[in-house]
Amino acid sequence: MDFLRPATLREALEVKAERPDAVPIAGGTDVMVELNFGMRRPGALLDLNPVGELTGVDTDRDALRVGACVSYTRIIAELGGRLPGLATAARTVGSPQIRNRGTVGGNLGAASPAGDMHPVLLACDALVEAASVRGTRLIPAAEFYTGPKRSVLEPDELITAFWMAPAAAPQQFAKIGTRNAMVIAVCSFALCLWPHGRPGSAGPGSAGPDGGGPDGGTGRVGTGIGSAGPRPLRAAGAEEFLDGELAAAGLWESRGPLPEAAGRRFGELVAAAAQPIDDVRGAAAYRRHALAVLARRTLTWAWDSYRKEAVA
Amino acid sequence: MKVSLRVNGRDLTADDVWEGESLLFVLRERLGLPGSKNACEQGECGSCTVYLDNRPVCACLVAAGQAGGRDVVTIEGLAGPGELDPVQQAFLEAGAVQCGFCTPGLVVQAHALLSRTVDAGQPVPGDAEIREALAGNLCRCTGYEHILAAVRLAAARKAGAGQGGAGPGEEEQQ
Repeated sequence: MDFLRPATLREALEVKAERPDAVPIAGGTDVMVELNFGMRRPGALLDLNPVGELTGVDTDRDALRVGACVSYTRIIAELGGRLPGLATAARTVGSPQIRNRGTVGGNLGAASPAGDMHPVLLACDALVEAASVRGTRLIPAAEFYTGPKRSVLEPDELITAFWMAPAAAPQQFAKIGTRNAMVIAVCSFALCLWPHGRPGSAGPGSAGPDGGGPDGGTGRVGTGIGSAGPRPLRAAGAEEFLDGELAAAGLWESRGPLPEAAGRRFGELVAAAAQPIDDVRGAAAYRRHALAVLARRTLTWAWDSYRKEAVA
Repeated sequence: MKVSLRVNGRDLTADDVWEGESLLFVLRERLGLPGSKNACEQGECGSCTVYLDNRPVCACLVAAGQAGGRDVVTIEGLAGPGELDPVQQAFLEAGAVQCGFCTPGLVVQAHALLSRTVDAGQPVPGDAEIREALAGNLCRCTGYEHILAAVRLAAARKAGAGQGGAGPGEEEQQ
């Protein structure tokens, strides 16, 4: 096995082009487990820690560009105000030691359906920035995941950053597990309110560098389901239902209370959108039930905060 | 491969390091520093917690090569020879040690908590903050109550020494 340690992004991309078998390692919280247990023997490890370009946070444009190797600890400390949904999810990752090392880029690279960042990335129309010696591309999160631990990333590509619009209204994330730390999600759910339209609804790239941000249109709700399908999922039917209910009753403008029946129906539709299986962490039926509860609960939390914002 | 790093203030080099091995293995098996414990090897238990560039991490999840050129502090380096860090002293006095396997990781993690709170002029951490900070450290003897007492004791002493204010006993109000 080779240990490759590029000092710059350019060098890292050249190495990855030459050695597509090299496994990128940043925080090591997934890769080292596989190595320690002999589950994986890659031809090479590609250490991304020395690559300074991957640890920057760029807030100059409409959407934030966050380097792939920014740790969860930094996401919480530095971006909690602008990316509250992502920060909430980051707080549920592992332990302080794990959050000091783990990165969103690693969560994306592993592409586990149980990764804690995925539901928020979906609910916020985040873009994944992937680079190779051939160039750089932006991939909508909804198109990034293709199956369990599989993504559209090419063998010569590295995840360099993600792009995310700053929150326009409350965002929530909730996760089911056996305790409050060191838990791989049994299932998880993210909900983001977009009172002026979704960041991604103005077309591809609108959450990215060239985009105009929110489309200035009607209010939308973003969702993301984790650990209840072969890949992270959006609950499109539930979003559509709730968008319709909120618009019909003029609730985005009035900030009136959410009808209880709407919250319940929303939960049912989220559960219906999941594609869970029975596994060691939980049964499919339990996951569906729990998701309905999480969806209703996060919606209630977020909507109540949205109502209070008006008063404040 | 060769890995050169700074450990507890000394520049050391480990030879014949396998590219896929962990910082923990290098510390224990190649550099003669067995204080950091090897238990779960998957970041679940915190027994191998060390400082890497001033941040506590699980040494079992850092690839040896990633530690090259960086600064590591282990349980052996928290205090000088023959001395105890206030956190270590508090663990002794509070009876926070049973089989002792989780102790080094807990001491380093508690040390990190107090470094960024009391030592930095922040308030003494309350129980919720201590529990959150130690959530990634497992004690299979289940001696958590005494461990919490030890951290409270160390925090109160540091606060008292730093500001001449709060003494032991007041910390439970925080």
